[in-house]
Amino acid sequence: MKREDGRKVDEIRPVIIKAGVVPNANGSAMVSFGDTTAIAAVYGPKVLHPRRMQVPDRAYLKTVYNMVPFSTKERCRPGPSRRSKEICKVTRHALEPAVFLEEFPKAGIEVYIDVIEANAGTRTAGINAASVALADAGVPMKGLVASVAAGKIGNEYVLDLAGKEEEETACDMPVAYMPEENKITLLQMDGDLSPKDAKKVMELAIKGCKMLYEMQRKALEDRWVPKVKK
Amino acid sequence: MILRDQYITSLASKGERMDKRKVDEFRKIDIELSPIANAEGSARVKMGKTDVIAGVKMGIGEPFPDKQDQGVLMTGAELSPLASPDFESGPPREDAIELARVVDRGIRESGMIDTKKLCIKKGEKVWMVSVDIQIINHDGNLIDCASLAAVAALLNAKMPKLDGDRVEFGTKTSKSLPVTCKPAAVTLSKIGDNLLVDTNVEEEKTAGVRLTVTTKDNGNICALQKSGSETLTAEEVEKAFELSINKGKELRKLLK
Repeated sequence: MKREDGRKVDEIRPVIIKAGVVPNANGSAMVSFGDTTAIAAVYGPKVLHPRRMQVPDRAYLKTVYNMVPFSTKERCRPGPSRRSKEICKVTRHALEPAVFLEEFPKAGIEVYIDVIEANAGTRTAGINAASVALADAGVPMKGLVASVAAGKIGNEYVLDLAGKEEEETACDMPVAYMPEENKITLLQMDGDLSPKDAKKVMELAIKGCKMLYEMQRKALEDRWVPKVKK
Repeated sequence: MILRDQYITSLASKGERMDKRKVDEFRKIDIELSPIANAEGSARVKMGKTDVIAGVKMGIGEPFPDKQDQGVLMTGAELSPLASPDFESGPPREDAIELARVVDRGIRESGMIDTKKLCIKKGEKVWMVSVDIQIINHDGNLIDCASLAAVAALLNAKMPKLDGDRVEFGTKTSKSLPVTCKPAAVTLSKIGDNLLVDTNVEEEKTAGVRLTVTTKDNGNICALQKSGSETLTAEEVEKAFELSINKGKELRKLLK
């Protein structure tokens, strides 16, 4: 199958991952998938306000996903939407399993994700960036979380849908996965697919996550290995 | 809380539950049709002590610019503070939004309502169908209960009479909505290493992760949503697919 942008079916758009892009934050990262770019910044662990949000035996992971008004073809209204509130929730659930939250009772770890350019796959780009940002901040983690979506166009299973593919696909299934633990931390889907196909699509997304994981590691090494060597 | 979690988890590991149900057994489901006379369609669904009303209201509006020949379908949900000590008043929060969006996704992606047939005049006038979900009592498994109520209410709905541009509310025609299939949402909650169907509130608080699988009459999957701060393996997801397809058939039988 020939894809719109000439990619193979199991190929991700050109990926750029850079750690340490927001000097004020404890940790940060930028992730681009082709024309989709997300920046994540981590503040904390720190005292959590308001106090009623504090959890006695673990840290509270706060995740904020935000689309910037100029990120889309047609300007999107600033501020939270129903969509972004749902994404905040699933992003939190995608990251929580990776963080040793029990190390910081009552504390807050804040993760802010700004999507500065949106062209499919913003939640997955956000999760990739947030995971690298948490590691960059030195927050103790069980492993990195990598994330990518997959779908099915015609008879082919297709990784990292972009552009017109989002309309052509029989389903859009974003997955987040921890390769070290072999665990799925995000799974959503909309579309119409047999259970057999759904399994294949999920397997392809997991394969994509494994590729991204290596790139996430590389980004962290690029940032930290030179500093350690000094 | 820890004692409750341990008790529920140890029961689940033996394939048992607090209320003697099997792990894959629904509580008693009761569907009451047309409880709300003023709504174009409505259904009240009880799953054990969980009690949900879904109401369908219709009106006339303009189509979306990118879908000029299609009617509009909207789903909302309210977690009213009267339904649980855990709910607070105010604008919908994350949980209410997720509930509405997961129910909406199942109905929309299954193509249950043929929205093209809701077009009155292309680019100008279409039917706007709103499904609103109100929780009366929360004892767990809101997604499945609300989905069932929403689907039952849509099946139950009769189009109101249209007089030119004006909808004559209260005068229903005999025409139903253009329905193509019946999506069924089944949520599996993971407790220990077991997947439980139709969890009550206590079980839900114990479970670290759940997966909602919405299936169509033909066994295809039209929506997935993982929720909760723990993880799933690929094998567990596959098991959830199989379970939810079978349990979805049971739910569908309850719908006329």
